[in-house]
Amino acid sequence: MDFLNLLNDIQTADPEFADRISPRRSAIKNITSFGSKVAVASLPFAISALFKKAYGQSLSSSVVSVLNFALTAEYLESSFYNKYLSYSYIPSANAAGLALLKTDETNHVNFLKSVLGSSAIAAPSWDFSGGSGSGNGPFASVETSYDTFLALAQTFEDNGVRAYKGQATALMGTNTVLTAALNIHSVEARHASYLRRLRQLRGVSVKPWITGVTSGITGLNAAGTAAVASIYSGEDNVSQGGADITKLPAISGTVAVNAATEAFDEPLTMAQVLPVIALFKKP
Amino acid sequence: MKTTTQDNIVGGSMARRSFLKFAGAGAAAVGVVATAASCNKHGGVVSDPQVIDLGSGDLGILNYAYALEQLEAAFYTQVIASPFSGITAMETSYLTDIRDHEVAHREFFKAALGSNAIGSLTPNFSKINFADRTSVLAAAKGFEDLGVSAYNGAGAMIKTADYLVLAGKIVSVEARHAALIRALLGVYPVDDSIVTLSAGTSLEISQDPLTVLNVANAFVSGKPLYGGNVGK
Repeated sequence: MDFLNLLNDIQTADPEFADRISPRRSAIKNITSFGSKVAVASLPFAISALFKKAYGQSLSSSVVSVLNFALTAEYLESSFYNKYLSYSYIPSANAAGLALLKTDETNHVNFLKSVLGSSAIAAPSWDFSGGSGSGNGPFASVETSYDTFLALAQTFEDNGVRAYKGQATALMGTNTVLTAALNIHSVEARHASYLRRLRQLRGVSVKPWITGVTSGITGLNAAGTAAVASIYSGEDNVSQGGADITKLPAISGTVAVNAATEAFDEPLTMAQVLPVIALFKKP
Repeated sequence: MKTTTQDNIVGGSMARRSFLKFAGAGAAAVGVVATAASCNKHGGVVSDPQVIDLGSGDLGILNYAYALEQLEAAFYTQVIASPFSGITAMETSYLTDIRDHEVAHREFFKAALGSNAIGSLTPNFSKINFADRTSVLAAAKGFEDLGVSAYNGAGAMIKTADYLVLAGKIVSVEARHAALIRALLGVYPVDDSIVTLSAGTSLEISQDPLTVLNVANAFVSGKPLYGGNVGK
């Protein structure tokens, strides 16, 4: 059972985990036998309860801050899919796939809320036009355009990938929380790849991976393009850990610039992400 | 080939900032351990000539990643060198991109590790039918999902912040690959039965090095990789 593997993983990653949830290490055994008896459907709640028990009472303010930041990004995505997936412009061929993305984001929201407990921030109200509440921002066409919907979905997912990545080091030392964040981070990247391919198949010049600073956000007004450009700034970096990737050997010659930028996704700081989220937030 | 000698030179507090102080392309990289001699610490491992020991601590994690990237790069290099029948232009484009990303990852770790890198692995892809699309894509899906779970599992073991960031920069690209390969197979990017921790969480799985290497070793000729001290 995956749940039991999780417990093993947690113990591997965080030797003190068993002590966190019980002074006696029997707790894990108890939960193991408990887990084998409960329905699979209830396991997420068991896991959430476990995390809460392990960390809920001892989350530092900085970890709470990081998790609420992550929760904000998840609220944005979850609310976005919840609103627009009922729109008639969603092609039936893509409805099931997009619905899975919605489910994932809703699960992420619920997971983070359960870990944060009473420290969780409330869900903001959103203005998906990007008008900070005016309802008439640069992405107002999301009300009628599937392409705008996909463009926004892509930017929200890519933004999520970069936002989580930027917080990883702030979670070092809280291994269970860090691992959970990483386990969300890669799901966001899968989503981004999926959406980028959907856009590519509709003729947009993007690939599943991020090439340089190219967002592929076209056909929107200049303000909209500029607003999302900040989500891609820095993705043209070719220097990793002091190494210039373009000087490393490739199949022939050295690594091409595009491949060098695509092969590494870049983090964003909280300070870089929050202004973008603010565009979509009602005051 | 370097096998177990790095066990002796891994410390929990190696000279972190010296990581990747490259002199430049073509010059020998000044690797982590070359400058970490002052903090030698035995990992408590008995050298076993029958395995390729990835080592311990952060260095072990870097070699672990290097080993997996070697296998991925070799796999996609073969895919492009002998394309499956009926490959489309778009598939060729995708798979060539992925090959180039994996080669970049491989060369990055090789350069980063310098003289502490394990040697070049000899892959064994005999179970894969490179002429058959389904066989190739199924293998690709396996490699990518495995890679993501490996990086996710290693994250909390990493002691040096810079390495954690680098692992994070790579794992999301592997996840993008995984989702694309799944799309080519007509599978959704996140499949509860394979990728997700358990139904309803939408948290991707993490796997520990021993579990990952148990799978990866099926694709390695000669001595198997040993990762029992990776991250420790």
